[in-house]
Amino acid sequence: SRSSSRLTEGLAALGRRKLDDDTLEELEDLLIASDLGAKVAARVATNLSKERFDKEIGEEEIRLALASEISDVLKPREKIVDFSDGTSPRIVLFVGVNGSGKTTTIGKIASKLKEQGAKALLVAGDTFRAAAIEQLTVWGDRAGIPVMSKPTGADAAGLVYEAIEKAKAEDLDLVLIDTAGRLQNKAELMAELEKVVRVIKKLDPTAPHDVILVLDATVGQNALSQVEAFRNTAGVTGLVMTKMDGTAKGGVLVAIAEAYDLPIHFIGIGEKAEDLRPFSAEAFSKALVGVGA
Amino acid sequence: MFDALSERLGGIFDNLTGRGALSDKDVSEALREIRVALLEADVALPVVKDFIAKVKTRAVGEEVIRSVKPGQQVIKIVYDGLVDMLGGEDADTSLRIDSPPAVVMMAGLQGSGKTTTTGKLAKRLSEKGRKKVLLASLDVRRPAAMEQLAILADQCGDSVSSLPIIQGQLPADIARRALNAAKIGGYDVLFLDTAGRTSIDEQMMTEAAEIAEIAQPQETLLVADALTGQDAVETARRFHERLPLTGLVLTRMDGDGRGGAALSMRAVTGLPIKFLGVGEKLDGLDTFDAQRVAGRILGQGDIVSLVEKASEQM
Ligand SMILES: Nc1nc2c(ncn2[C@@H]2O[C@H](COP(=O)(O)OP(=O)(O)OP(=O)(O)O)[C@@H](O)[C@H]2O)c(=O)[nH]1
Ligand SMILES: Nc1nc2c(ncn2[C@@H]2O[C@H](COP(=O)(O)OP(=O)(O)OP(=O)(O)O)[C@@H](O)[C@H]2O)c(=O)[nH]1
Ligand SMILES: [Mg+2]
Ligand SMILES: [Mg+2]
Repeated sequence: SRSSSRLTEGLAALGRRKLDDDTLEELEDLLIASDLGAKVAARVATNLSKERFDKEIGEEEIRLALASEISDVLKPREKIVDFSDGTSPRIVLFVGVNGSGKTTTIGKIASKLKEQGAKALLVAGDTFRAAAIEQLTVWGDRAGIPVMSKPTGADAAGLVYEAIEKAKAEDLDLVLIDTAGRLQNKAELMAELEKVVRVIKKLDPTAPHDVILVLDATVGQNALSQVEAFRNTAGVTGLVMTKMDGTAKGGVLVAIAEAYDLPIHFIGIGEKAEDLRPFSAEAFSKALVGVGA
Repeated sequence: MFDALSERLGGIFDNLTGRGALSDKDVSEALREIRVALLEADVALPVVKDFIAKVKTRAVGEEVIRSVKPGQQVIKIVYDGLVDMLGGEDADTSLRIDSPPAVVMMAGLQGSGKTTTTGKLAKRLSEKGRKKVLLASLDVRRPAAMEQLAILADQCGDSVSSLPIIQGQLPADIARRALNAAKIGGYDVLFLDTAGRTSIDEQMMTEAAEIAEIAQPQETLLVADALTGQDAVETARRFHERLPLTGLVLTRMDGDGRGGAALSMRAVTGLPIKFLGVGEKLDGLDTFDAQRVAGRILGQGDIVSLVEKASEQM
């Protein structure tokens, strides 16, 4: 991703100068402007200054040092996942707020799985939104993977139950379950999600094997509350961050990585099937500060 | 949150009693807390800085009112400043839809809520405004985007229709066909729902500008997610540069986000915020209310009564 970020432009304006309190404050501001949040930004800037305070420092050096600070935070969260591996059927549930990219991410993963020859089933668990079923069906058709659905308005938990029974009976490797977008403060909708998880557990106490929270890179500090709520309700096991191809660089992920021990699996970088990449702490951090762009 | 803020401010002002006016130092300290509060609410940093500078000039030297805690007095000044910056108490939130067929174009990032908002506005105009409305999807990219809009049109009732889908047609051609259909069919309003796009996707931004050129919309609304972080300024600025925007819509205000993006986007574009999306259903649409949003950015709490109390005494 090209150096279009505010952080990049800001750093360029800093030029070569002494790393004093003023410079630090500016750095902190730049991190805030990348959604790290005031507290995390302050800490990252302070860490950076530990060994370098009062020293002359150039733009590129600042960038690299910042990237490395941020990468240190994210590195432990880097975890590539291969859904076609492990128990079968492996049951993977996708959750998140409205419009974050759940259905598209499932479509992308499905396309990959097909290449790997996994026997998979997609489940149209969003029985609420207009044309949500049709949307997932298009992705399933593209990938050549069957999609199980019920008419709009049907009970999602019931559909999920039938899908898992079918997966067991047909000895499938993998079930990818789409869910309706829901805001984490809506108790009723969160209870519905809880019910889906409960129903899955009824058929397989070890499932869902993965609960993937899909986050949108444009989101600000609210992402922290999303992680907290979906973790409590659905037992999130991993994260995906979408829309990394825009101007937002998803800096709130740094704050999330500090607060939660949750692996980050993938980033989305576009709307096409191939626009999904394994998460790399180093690449993410560099993109955030505009190194090697 | 508001309580926390007013407590934090309370501490700063505790030893202020007895002096005549708010000093530079007192105000600066208070504003540092307010700065953090605004950042936590996702107001974009440049906007926060501007705002803090303005409030500071307003607050320094202000007479301390005996009966109100100085912290609350500053909050009142901050709150008024926010309301002001959001467009004031009686911001213009109506749509210009005279001269039928009036074209309304919807634009924004992927997944921001354009299609849903199109449905909501159509329902409102047909029910409250007795308008005959045509919806056209120019989204040839997202799977089932056109079907989504057609389903929403159906849910809106008899006076809302959707343009028949012709697979394989380009957005600009769909726009022309829609304009024609709106004229011939005697529609009052035509909504053009566009595909989501990032502001740096040159090809897609050019496409959007071209659609606007062809359709000459009376209203072009930027639909944005209220949960957006610091990127709000960038997105608003870039869309504003390329499209003849006339207003903003902030969706997902039914979430627990503090909605700082509203302030950011309003500040960089100067455009009125016309509507707030407050739900997934078609009736989940509110007209914009600066006071409500200002209170929310500061953290809901009991701001209104507090501010009322403060203003009675000021
Ligand atoms: N630019 C970009 N767009 C994306 C990415 N991932 C998803 N999108 C787009 O974002 C929009 C919303 O994606 P969906 O997959 O429908 O999101 P969702 O979470 O399933 O939405 P709901 O089911 O309505 O809650 C669509 O237009 C997608 O094409 C990405 O990585 N980059
Ligand atoms: N809770 C809530 N959800 C909303 C609101 N507005 C839209 N949504 C949801 O957000 C998701 C995306 O909405 P869409 O209308 O499909 O968004 P879009 O901008 O048309 O998306 P693309 O066409 O893919 O770019 C859907 O799940 C909607 O139900 C709102 O105000 N509140
Ligand atoms: Mg979906
Ligand atoms: Mg749409």
